[in-house]
Formats: sequence, structure tokens, C-alpha cells
Amino acid sequence: MLLSLGLILLCQLVGEAIAHGTGVPVPGPVIGLVLCVLLLAARDRIGRLAPAELRDGTFEQTGRGILSHLSLLFIPAGVGVVQRLDVLAGNALAITLALLVSTVLSLAVTAWVFSAVARQTG
Amino acid sequence: MNDEVFALWVYLARTPLLWLTVTILVYCLCDRFSAALHRNPLANPVLLSMCLVGLLVRGTGTPYGTYFDGAQFVHFLLGPATVALGIPLYQNRQLVLRSILPMACALVAGSVTALVSAVMIARMLGASPTIVTSIAPKSVTAAVAMGVSGRLGGDPALTAVLVILTGILGAVVVTPLMNGLGITDKWARGFAAGLAAHGIGTARAFQVDPLAGTFAGIAMGLNALLTALLVPLLV
Repeated sequence: MLLSLGLILLCQLVGEAIAHGTGVPVPGPVIGLVLCVLLLAARDRIGRLAPAELRDGTFEQTGRGILSHLSLLFIPAGVGVVQRLDVLAGNALAITLALLVSTVLSLAVTAWVFSAVARQTG
Repeated sequence: MNDEVFALWVYLARTPLLWLTVTILVYCLCDRFSAALHRNPLANPVLLSMCLVGLLVRGTGTPYGTYFDGAQFVHFLLGPATVALGIPLYQNRQLVLRSILPMACALVAGSVTALVSAVMIARMLGASPTIVTSIAPKSVTAAVAMGVSGRLGGDPALTAVLVILTGILGAVVVTPLMNGLGITDKWARGFAAGLAAHGIGTARAFQVDPLAGTFAGIAMGLNALLTALLVPLLV
């Protein structure tokens, strides 16, 4: 459990280091995601040489644990709305329409293109 | 309020413990409520928790900074959670690789749509350049969107709020919208939720189907990359 958590944090840390070190406009945690995939691929390559905790499903379980309450993690930033109520109220129409129309459009376009191309390519 | 109660409040209100506890317990309550309503999209746990905690913070006259001192421990986990999305991605790698072409096409189409439509509508309705820049990366996960907005002269705190509102909106409308459009492909629905509504859409997709959640997670990561590259060209 602890090793798994440590490795997830390490992926993020190395990701942040790469992002800041090279100045690529890719966020550190997203690089960390790629590193996490590479870590799992490496684990399956070396087989029995990998630490037991990585082979018995604990790592997957730890990740699932963090992901199972993904919604919770957005609340602190969301409560920040109390700081910006004046801006939101002052531009209510522009902001509401921009968010609503753009979100509906992008959901529809994305899902439509995905399923159309998936049908074409079988 | 009598003096002793007030003194106790002053003490508790300054420790991170109070607002961390409030955030977690309010979420547990709202999550139960959402489950009791069979995950009805309108009973979105993020929306409910945000309103309740926001009312408490406002009602007690607590500065947001003081609230965040406690809540930051939860906020911090957004990074590790993004990394952990690599786990379902790896487990489903064969399925994902088979869908690489639909994903690439949907990513470009969706990302450009999200960005261009938000910027154009905000501009047309007379929003200030600061607001336009702050709204541009609204579909991308909070940490990334705030970075993009800050670099280009937007207001990162406003961007965070717009990102969360977009996420909630996306999570609420995705199921009825997809049903209305007759799109039944679960992977397409998941991918769209993650692209347009980042982690909150991804959380919604995981509620519906684990594989849809996986596709949502991939879309969220890819859109974060693409939007970070595209926004500077547009605003």
C-alpha cells in the first residue's frame, strides 16, 4: 500500500520535474500518467523480479482507491466560487451561454465523431 | 454567541482540521444522497457539496484562504489521481489501442469545438479579454487550465471556478444528451464526457461504466495536452 502510494507520487514528481525542466507545455501529472503506464509495462516485463506489492494487485487497488472518490477532489477548487461571485454575476449571460452551448456542442461533436469513425473502421 | 463558544470557534476556525473535516463529511453526505437517487445526473455530488460548503464558508464569514488551508489536502490528491488514471488505461490497453483512430479524430474535433465555441460566444456577448482568456481552457482539468489561463493574462481563480462549473454541467447533461442524440456507444460517451468535462465528467463516466470511465480518463489527459498547445494560438 505504502510502496504503491510512494510510486504514484514518484511518477507525479518525475512528471513535474520533466515539465518544469524542459518547459514543455504538458502538465506534470499528465506526464506522470504516462510514466505510470510505463511502470506497469516494465513490471510485466521483469515478472518475478518486481516487488511483491506490485504483483499482487495492491498497486491497482491503491489507484482504484484514489479514483473511486474523484468527485471529492474538485470541491476545494469549486468552493472558490465564493471569491468570484461578483465577476460571475456581472457577466452572467455571457458566461452561462458560453459554458452551456460550448459544453453541449463539444460533448455532441466528440461522441458523434468517435462513434462515426469507430463504425467506419469497424 | 457567548465568549467561550466564540473562543472555541476562533480556535477551531484557524486549524486546517475544521474545513478538511467539513469538506469530507459534506461530500459523504451528498454522495449518499446521489446514490439514494440512483445517481440521477441532477443530483451531482460535486455540485451539491460545493453549494453546501460554499454556504457554510460564506455564512461563517470565513475567508477562502482559511478554508483552503484545510481543504488543500484533498485538492492535492488531484495530481496523484491523474497519475492513477494510468492504471485502468494500462489494464485496458488492448481495447484502447483498437480505438486509437476514433480517439484521435474525436480528440481534435472535440477540443477545437470546446475552445472555439467558448471563446466566440463569450466575445460576442461582450465579455472582457480577461474573461475570454479565463474561459478558453474551461474543458481542461483544473490544474492545467489555471496554468494556461495565468500564462496568457487570464484570472486563474476565475478559470478554476469556470472549469468546475463546466465539469458539473457536462456531467449533468451528458447522459440525457447522448440518449437524445441516439449515441449508444459507451466508449464514445465516456470519451466525450472526459474531453468536455475533464475529471468531473470522468467521475460521472465511472459511475455509469468502468470502461466508459477509462475512455473518459484518456480523453481528459489528451485534451489537457492539446488545449495547452491550442489556447495560445486563439486568444
